[in-house]
Amino acid sequence: MLPAAIALPLLAGALLLAVGRHLPRLLADSAALLIAAAVAVLTGLVAIEATGGRLVTWAGTWRPVGIVLVADPLGAGLACLAALLTCCAMLYSRRYLEDAGTHFHVLMLLFLGGMTGFALTGDLFNMFVFFELMGAVAYALTGMRIEEPGSVQGAFNFAVINSLGAYLTLAGIALLYARTGELGMPQAGVALAGHRADATVVAAFVFVAAGLLVKAAVAPMHFWLADAHAVAPAPVCMLLSGVMVELGLYGVLRVYQVVFAGTIPQAVVTRAWVVLGLLTALVGSLMCAGQRHLKRLLAYSTIAHGGLFLAAAGLGAAGPIAGVALGVAGHAGAKGALFGVCGLLLDRHHSVDEGELHGRGGGWREPSCWLFLAAGLLLTGLPPFGPGLGKVVAEEGAWWLPAVSLLVSSITGGAVLRAGLRVFLGWGRRLPPPRPDQTYGGDESPETEEPLPRTPKSMLAALALLLAGSAAAGVTPRLAEWAGRGAAMFLDRGDYLRQALTGAAGHPPATVPEVGWTTSGVLLGLLATAGALAVAALQLRAGEAGVSEPGPLRRLHLGHIGDYVAWLFAGVATLAVLIGSSLI
Amino acid sequence: MRILAYGVAGWLILAGAYGMVRSRNLVHVTVCLSVAQSGTYVLLLAIGYQWGAPAPVFSPGSPIKLPVVDSVVQSLAFTDIVVSATVTALLLALAIQIHKTHRTLDPDELQSLKG
Repeated sequence: MLPAAIALPLLAGALLLAVGRHLPRLLADSAALLIAAAVAVLTGLVAIEATGGRLVTWAGTWRPVGIVLVADPLGAGLACLAALLTCCAMLYSRRYLEDAGTHFHVLMLLFLGGMTGFALTGDLFNMFVFFELMGAVAYALTGMRIEEPGSVQGAFNFAVINSLGAYLTLAGIALLYARTGELGMPQAGVALAGHRADATVVAAFVFVAAGLLVKAAVAPMHFWLADAHAVAPAPVCMLLSGVMVELGLYGVLRVYQVVFAGTIPQAVVTRAWVVLGLLTALVGSLMCAGQRHLKRLLAYSTIAHGGLFLAAAGLGAAGPIAGVALGVAGHAGAKGALFGVCGLLLDRHHSVDEGELHGRGGGWREPSCWLFLAAGLLLTGLPPFGPGLGKVVAEEGAWWLPAVSLLVSSITGGAVLRAGLRVFLGWGRRLPPPRPDQTYGGDESPETEEPLPRTPKSMLAALALLLAGSAAAGVTPRLAEWAGRGAAMFLDRGDYLRQALTGAAGHPPATVPEVGWTTSGVLLGLLATAGALAVAALQLRAGEAGVSEPGPLRRLHLGHIGDYVAWLFAGVATLAVLIGSSLI
Repeated sequence: MRILAYGVAGWLILAGAYGMVRSRNLVHVTVCLSVAQSGTYVLLLAIGYQWGAPAPVFSPGSPIKLPVVDSVVQSLAFTDIVVSATVTALLLALAIQIHKTHRTLDPDELQSLKG
């Protein structure tokens, strides 16, 4: 079953590339949608079955020298999330990018194949290959609108920074291979277990983690994300923001847990993740609040959430990881719907600039108004829905987490609500034209071939599905139970190694965290929503002052590729100091 | 000698990165990225190399205990080259489009994304 979930989208993509030119658009749409749905069902079944024990497949049955695929509930769950998001994105893009023909479908299917492979593989080099596949396809998807000045520049920055990160990961894999002679994660984990963490091991870990953290947009390696998200077509943003960034986080945690947990103590990495996670959350929130380019605003909100996820999951306890898993699912749906509405605005008004769109969104009668505001409220952590449950459960990990989470939710949620209220209902003061040092979101060409007279039903259905999924993640006790089991299994290193290497049956985890709403959780969620409403009101009253981010911070985000490379290496050095200082 | 190879690998990665930081042309950035990546080839090959050992090609008569260079890292380097070719092609295509739309390739003058 596992190889099929990876091979199906890849083969279908290749086939579509060969025959796509002769297919009518409707047929290509349906085929891509069907394949994505099949992968979603397949990985969903795998995820459910894996709650009773991991599913292990050795490619070509070459145990233990071949390539191993290991599906546990969180890995397969992420693959399922990627497939579901791809379904929604394909449904949304029925009338999209028509001049790109079937190339768009092909790229989306290859992207899905890369993401599934990345989530399910148990082999480090295999992970790198899927990482690069995912990356290369994402660069192409980001730069699809090759006539747009911003689009090609954003794709270029994205490609250079992510490729550089990937090469660092490869260098790390090479060092690990030099030390252990293994490329499989479980084999390398066994070979390293109990050995002192010397300079080679630390360097290997830092380099492997660096590339994955670049993908996860962790500060100071986050600059590419805002550029890429601001210019990518809306359905691509759904996938980039909803699942690709989170896959980077998953990769970091997975590699540490399986390969390095036996030599580098959890306390050391926890310190690094918490420091970097909080920095990311801070930078993301501050930049988010001051954006008037709607897609950039959402991008910085993703960065802030990513930081929060890293800080919580990095604690290495089952409760927070279960919370993060639910939070990722909820965030993906809500953020996807928000990007989708931005795509509709771009189609109709040729602009995603908050000031230009003031009151032009269409008012209460417009379904996209409701969708945007509802998604904004979900993102703030409103009980009893998905993003809220995720945050509340994750917050139980440490005493400072509720405060941080409250701040991030209020600021980023408030910014989204402010933008929605201003654009759709015309609330708040009018904004003057943007200053020359801000990204201008107006005067963009739409992503659809010709302006759509009315919003097509397929687009609205896709957005409604995304929202419904995000909301349902919080009110489905079964899902919460699976997330709890999945988190416990994610941390059960011994069981992973035994199951992967010997093919033994999996043991159920000894302790499974309780995942669900509590009274204090509901109160915290309501508090975050109230905070977001307050922030939105303040920013609407403040007018122009409400959408200007702190100057020194803004001057770092200039879209300059050389700066980004320098910051990437600064990030690697920081990580090396954080990990190495207490070990060597 | 092995230390020298590792040193060269590290130097290539850093030199490539330095070139990207100081670059005034996006085609130059792309080439610098390839230079940085060459560091990973050298690193991989250095890890699997053995002095005086032949390539891992066995025939029915060859001794079983024959020391050979590690073919795993060589195939990793090969995969890496394929990846690099794809990414370089894509980056150069993007650079052409950037020149068409912005009329410049100087990163200091690209102004469409900021803040």
